[in-house]
Amino acid sequence: MPDNKKMHEYWKENLKYLAVLLSIWFVVSYLFAILLVEPLNSIRFFGFKLGFWFAQQGSMYVFVILIFVYVRWMNKLDKKYNVEK
Amino acid sequence: MELLTWTWILVGLTFALYIGIAIWSRANSSKEFYVAGGGVPPVLNGMATAADWMSAASFISLAGIVSFGGYDGSVYLMGWTGGYVLLALLLAPYLRKFGKFTVPDFIGDRYYSKVARIVAILAALMVSFTYVSGQMRGVGIVFSRYLEVEIDMGVYIGMAIVLFYAVLGGMKGITYTQVAQYCILIFAFMVPAIFISIQMTGNPVPQLGFGSMGHDGVYLLDKLDGLQRELGFHEYTSGSKSLTDVFAITVALMVGTAGLPHVIVRFFTVPRVSDARKSAGWALLFIAILYTTVPAVAVFARTNLIETVSEKKYDSLPQWFHNWEKTGLLKFDDKNGDGVVHYVADRARNELKIDRDIMVLANPEIAGLPNWVVALVGAGGLAAALSTAAGLLLVIASSISHDLLKKIILPDISEKGELIAARLSSVAAVMVAGYFGLNPPGFVAAVVALAFGLAAASFFPAIVLGIFYKRMNKEGAVAGMVAGLGLMSYYILKFKFGFFDGGLSAVEALKAEWWFGISPEGFGAVAMALNFAVSLLIVRFTLPPPPEVREMVEDIRIPNGEGQAVGH
Repeated sequence: MPDNKKMHEYWKENLKYLAVLLSIWFVVSYLFAILLVEPLNSIRFFGFKLGFWFAQQGSMYVFVILIFVYVRWMNKLDKKYNVEK
Repeated sequence: MELLTWTWILVGLTFALYIGIAIWSRANSSKEFYVAGGGVPPVLNGMATAADWMSAASFISLAGIVSFGGYDGSVYLMGWTGGYVLLALLLAPYLRKFGKFTVPDFIGDRYYSKVARIVAILAALMVSFTYVSGQMRGVGIVFSRYLEVEIDMGVYIGMAIVLFYAVLGGMKGITYTQVAQYCILIFAFMVPAIFISIQMTGNPVPQLGFGSMGHDGVYLLDKLDGLQRELGFHEYTSGSKSLTDVFAITVALMVGTAGLPHVIVRFFTVPRVSDARKSAGWALLFIAILYTTVPAVAVFARTNLIETVSEKKYDSLPQWFHNWEKTGLLKFDDKNGDGVVHYVADRARNELKIDRDIMVLANPEIAGLPNWVVALVGAGGLAAALSTAAGLLLVIASSISHDLLKKIILPDISEKGELIAARLSSVAAVMVAGYFGLNPPGFVAAVVALAFGLAAASFFPAIVLGIFYKRMNKEGAVAGMVAGLGLMSYYILKFKFGFFDGGLSAVEALKAEWWFGISPEGFGAVAMALNFAVSLLIVRFTLPPPPEVREMVEDIRIPNGEGQAVGH
């Protein structure tokens, strides 16, 4: 196993990714679809009110994308630190 | 061909398929029994997870719930998908690296304590039993609706099938059957949805269709908002629940999802850490296909229903209305005797009672689709109910044979002995689940909220802290789990059962006393916060974990050098 200092850096980068991705997770669901749903509903998005669309469609699309972005980033990170199996 | 003939053919074919898979994928070792040998490819594991996750309730009832709740239904859509982001980012890869068989395994090892392991076993059993009690009933109900047999008979048939492939195949059998079940249930859900979307909007993609215009040039959602207002309901696109409650329920469902042992254990079945991440992504994608279609079906069905029945003469209603009246899912009571159906929000004047399940069950008929599509929905509902029941039964069986027997009572038990014990405990678990199916506790709906609340209040904080906070120790974790479980149970007993105020009749009046205006469904969010707070407080006044545990935490954070799932 590689040395401790490098693993510490690996872990820090991982945490940074988590912070970015979970912030987006929070924004699309709790912020757009719940806390700000009323103001966003005054915006039209095709036949949808935007806040409603985030609550019943948009947030779920973003969730799927978030996981696949995480997979990509982590695969790259694993390679960079040479920890993939 | 007759509908009943079609249904028997489709159900018979799918059951033959499940049994065939079970024989082909028998488990020969305890590792195969608990985690399918740890060799499931990520895409297939994603499908199996999705089938495991989507129960009869998701398949049959969710569209109805959203249909009647409108925006309020969003809590389930977001709650039951958003949890997978937490699972993928915070739990799955690390638990796979840890590489044992069960959630209590992780809690017990990470917190170096038998007490912690026992608390975890109790929590896993509580969560899984509350959850499974509704599933066998679901199997019975689907059988009785589509095959015209008694509900009890349906439960027996369901038990026999699950028994066969769970006992024989363990996790391996369950996983590959669930892959087949996913394909059947998603096909059965999408076919009617696509047909109806084309009929109503000309758009074959339901997710886009419900934001399009109907044939009259009015956006479907605007039309539905208008209809709802006219009849005195709240606008479809805005809800009736308070903001705090919507927020809390979404948190509780997301965190609960990430803490459910039958979901977590799926990530022990893939070969590598990177596969655990990937399969969480696939699982959510496969789930999202159904979950993003649900709100479209909800809108189509509600608009269709209101337009077909509201203010129409009872005698001129289409045949499907009378068919479903026979099942009791639709009830017309001509209060003012004018022969016209008045469907309005005002309870005193409303003349039509609609069961929410009809939104999926009757949809193909309402849209005039052929009999084989209607039969397909029946086979899909059975696939959904059976796959979830089997996944839960496995967690119960492994909690008993692995966590309790092997790890605590009989550590010297042989590999062969453990496998026999695992099979026996799954037989016992099927019997208990079957008993609940035959004698359903009146509180099935209530206990699902409890299952999510308990999972959120116990496992999620203990696992996350175990991975991300190296200094977290057994005292903190155990105190946190006990506090979370205790508070959650108290709240459900008080506000869902009226336990301290004279029984179920008191529940309605107690709503005014909800803490912070949060419903029992959302209270898992508060109980989880308490667990975190208690854990983090206690850890400050107690000794740090021993060095080998700190090393273990460092080890699970790095993907390579992973230990195979042996742990014997």
